[in-house]
Amino acid sequence: MTTTITTGADATPRPAVRPTRPDRKQRWSRRAPLLPALVFAIVVTQLPFLFTLYLSTQSWNALRPGSREFIGLANYATVLSDDRLRAALVNTVLLTASSVLVSVLLGLGLAILLDRRFPGRGIVRTLLITPFLVMPMAAALLWKHAIYNPSYGLINGIFGGNTDWVSQYPMVSVVAALVWQWTPFMMLIILAGLQSQSLETLEAARVDGAGPWQTFTRITLPYLRPYLELGALLGSIYLVQTFDAVFTITQGGPGRATTNLPYEIYLTTFRKFEYGEAAAAGVVVVIGTILVATFALRVISSLFRMEDAR
Amino acid sequence: MTRTSNPARRSAGLTGAVWTVLAWLAGLLFFLPVAWMVLTGFKREVDAASNPPSWLFTPVLDGYRQVFERDLMPYLLNSLMASVLSTLLVLVLATPAAYALSIRPVARWRDVLFFFISTKMLPVVAALLPIYLLVQNLGMLDNVWTLIVLYTAMNLPIAVWMMRSFLLEVPTALIEAAAMDGATLLVTIRRILLPIVAPGLAATALICFIFSWNEFFLAVNLTATRAGTSPIFLVGFITSEGLFLARLCAAATIVSLPVVLAGWIAQKQLVRGLSMGAVK
Amino acid sequence: MPKTRSPRRWRGTLAAALAVGLTVTACSGAGGGSSGDGTAITVLMVGNPQMEDLARLTADNFTKDTGITVRFTILPENELRDRVTQDVATQGGQYDVATIGAYEAPIWAQNDWLHEVSSYADADSGYDRGDLLEPMVASLSGGDGKLYAAPFYGESSFLMYNKELFDAAGLTMPERPTWQQVAQFAARLDDKPAGVAGICLRGLPGWGELFAPLTTVVNTFGGTWFEKDWTPKVNAPEFTAATKFYVDLLRSHGQPGAPQSGFTECLNTFGQGKAAMWYDATSAAGTLEDPDSSTVAGKVGYAYAPVDKTDSAGWLWVWALAMPKTTKNADAAWQFISWATGKEYEKLVGSSLGWSRVPAGKRQSTYEIPEYRESAAAFADITLRSIQEADPVDPGMQPRPALGVQFVGIPEFADLGTKVSQEVSAAIAGQVSVDKALADGQRLAEEAAAKHR
Repeated sequence: MTTTITTGADATPRPAVRPTRPDRKQRWSRRAPLLPALVFAIVVTQLPFLFTLYLSTQSWNALRPGSREFIGLANYATVLSDDRLRAALVNTVLLTASSVLVSVLLGLGLAILLDRRFPGRGIVRTLLITPFLVMPMAAALLWKHAIYNPSYGLINGIFGGNTDWVSQYPMVSVVAALVWQWTPFMMLIILAGLQSQSLETLEAARVDGAGPWQTFTRITLPYLRPYLELGALLGSIYLVQTFDAVFTITQGGPGRATTNLPYEIYLTTFRKFEYGEAAAAGVVVVIGTILVATFALRVISSLFRMEDAR
Repeated sequence: MTRTSNPARRSAGLTGAVWTVLAWLAGLLFFLPVAWMVLTGFKREVDAASNPPSWLFTPVLDGYRQVFERDLMPYLLNSLMASVLSTLLVLVLATPAAYALSIRPVARWRDVLFFFISTKMLPVVAALLPIYLLVQNLGMLDNVWTLIVLYTAMNLPIAVWMMRSFLLEVPTALIEAAAMDGATLLVTIRRILLPIVAPGLAATALICFIFSWNEFFLAVNLTATRAGTSPIFLVGFITSEGLFLARLCAAATIVSLPVVLAGWIAQKQLVRGLSMGAVK
Repeated sequence: MPKTRSPRRWRGTLAAALAVGLTVTACSGAGGGSSGDGTAITVLMVGNPQMEDLARLTADNFTKDTGITVRFTILPENELRDRVTQDVATQGGQYDVATIGAYEAPIWAQNDWLHEVSSYADADSGYDRGDLLEPMVASLSGGDGKLYAAPFYGESSFLMYNKELFDAAGLTMPERPTWQQVAQFAARLDDKPAGVAGICLRGLPGWGELFAPLTTVVNTFGGTWFEKDWTPKVNAPEFTAATKFYVDLLRSHGQPGAPQSGFTECLNTFGQGKAAMWYDATSAAGTLEDPDSSTVAGKVGYAYAPVDKTDSAGWLWVWALAMPKTTKNADAAWQFISWATGKEYEKLVGSSLGWSRVPAGKRQSTYEIPEYRESAAAFADITLRSIQEADPVDPGMQPRPALGVQFVGIPEFADLGTKVSQEVSAAIAGQVSVDKALADGQRLAEEAAAKHR
């Protein structure tokens, strides 16, 4: 890795003197590089959304050809009065929050372990990042069939007994598999943070007689905050969409114990073939996501500030 | 990185040994499922499903033979094409956009960046049905290019964010100096931006590649027999009527290998990319 | 890591990546694999061993003889259903041939999504349509009496038991046991310290998983999903009694991990000698009698599906090959279907891969092949009779509104059966009561019935 010395000021992008109302030409020359990506993102993500809005006003069951008709907002009434969706929302929050929290904490622990020189450090880091690289579908299948299986799974093979993990502890089973995949991801981010800490500060703390624990809680943790936030945010963005693991490990069961929103919408689309209802549920989830995202924007903003300050 | 460890916490003697053992244990524990996957791939189906699981067995290549009996190559090539091309497309789109959000920022860069990131938060499942119907009407089902476009959209927000972080590292003074010398934009990019940003580009590319290669949901829903990618090949080894664990593990090992190797080789870039350029 | 890297090296890396990208694009044709000069057809198949054999044998036999290239996609059952249904429902036209089951065939035929195959079969001199077993033909026919898919292999259900364990305990299995007898045997043979379950039954959620055996229990206990006039009977006493019986039997003497057990898990449990009995598909027998994949080969006894109030209770299922209406290669597709579901193919499998792997249960003539009779001596007759006794029109104690023994042949059943099965599976896991599960099921069944009244 290379060294760069950053001083706060010269890393900020904005010119020190605000130009007095840049003329139109200049404004467009600034915008030009942005446009291809922006147009692409709008076309690929917003067009389907508009189409979803249209579909959500249709009564359309794919298994009944010719049954399609406009029904206004009736699908929304169906969806919002459906307790399955509410249960799925609760499960989504549970699944995402617990997976993110546990993997951040474990990642922090592992990062601290790796933030020192010891024999075989490179190898241990390599071993640790492997779960993040394994294909999620492969990982989900591996956990379901080779690890959780009550008769020939690895867990019961090591500890004996024939506990049926997936039925007894469905949510824990899914979360554990996700945590296994995402902990390395968190660890890498936090490790990066630890290793960018200035040694002088730590040295100064030591000279002032602070113990290792005090140093950690008073100096290191506050310093790591943006890294922890970044990990939690990225993790949430990906984990809230968890589908492979639920689909593979528990099929949303037993009962509805692990049916999260993506899986519930999937069921509406592919088991009921109620395309209108599925679209309405999708719209509701998108609106909810935007609300949550607006809140998350504050977190992101603080991350931006961190970058500006670098 | 000036240092590879933290001397303040470089403890010697017994404590050090305990920490070391702990780190090794954690590493082995996290790696155990992967090791088990690889081992199981070399078992006979009967041994793979033996109760209790067997650690000692005669390795056989049955699982792998079954995997190679099916035509693996097209799937790998489709995966490679979808991942590589979508990654290139992402970089081509994201880098100028990131430039317009960092070096010469547009007026409301914060909102624009937030828009990009918010598209990443939309549930893919909710968009699947309209995407499927649109793609079908365009006659683009079962086509690798469809996946390339969608994977590009999927990775664009993260790439814009990352590239923006990397571009922020370019000292403004350098760019201004180049402008003083009358360097054209292209020269500035080649001489000043690229050398500083190249590692970041590599890191972003790696992460986009990983996410594209591993994507299952869109691939399974939008491809049939021509454009199937590796994850589709993988699930074909599950059967509801018979034993399949050994061959499934063999297949899982093979399809995960490219990304695992890429990640192992480019660990530095992985760290750099994930921490949004916070690490130098 | 060196402190700095020369930018040139980075440029080299990027250039290399670019080159790889372009190379991949250049040979992207590989993703398809052009068909050369002959026709190519696309086939979507469920990942069962019989289908895998078919995929394996196609190139060297069918393609060699006809010049028709066949491209397969193999998917697990759930994904397959999602894919095929979406494709035919939206007229996607991605497949020339798809695997469908007894459940889909009549419904899809009615929706006009499938090519009828009667005319093809009648015109095909080598096909011998009259040889197909009657229940299979009934399962795959539309309302117009025409055949809409060709059966690839068929099955009923029966009770498999471990003769060694029965002999050791001095028990004798009657040829046609009742469920009460089965429950007594299970209680006697359940040996938790030795890790042997009294009986293995499916508990995995899914209308075609848990509810396949459970619906046959419901039928013989006198229950039904719907009465003739679509009155739902999911929380009726008979349905409840059958479900409670099944759940209790599993909870007290079933295999560990029952809520996650499907056919495969039970095959493994019973095949490793870890269960005394197993009630499931007749197609399991071939694998159980194969010494390479089962430790109980030669020690398995076979009895008819257990009953309570009816005379027989076996289910009826068939995996069949159908042509979606959207196919543009109907003639080539039929050639493939005709080859794969014909008599010669069965002999080809028998002679090249082994007789236990023949896709049986669809043709009378299969059971007259000496080599097959020899290899399937233990279970061939009981399989054939179980299939012949199964009646998809009248499988229980009351007239039914739709076709199907272990399912209800209406589009809504996939969703209904799956959702109720999740609740029952949770009951097997001890997380909800059967009464609550079925009360929820009754509500869902009301919704489905409302669309048919």
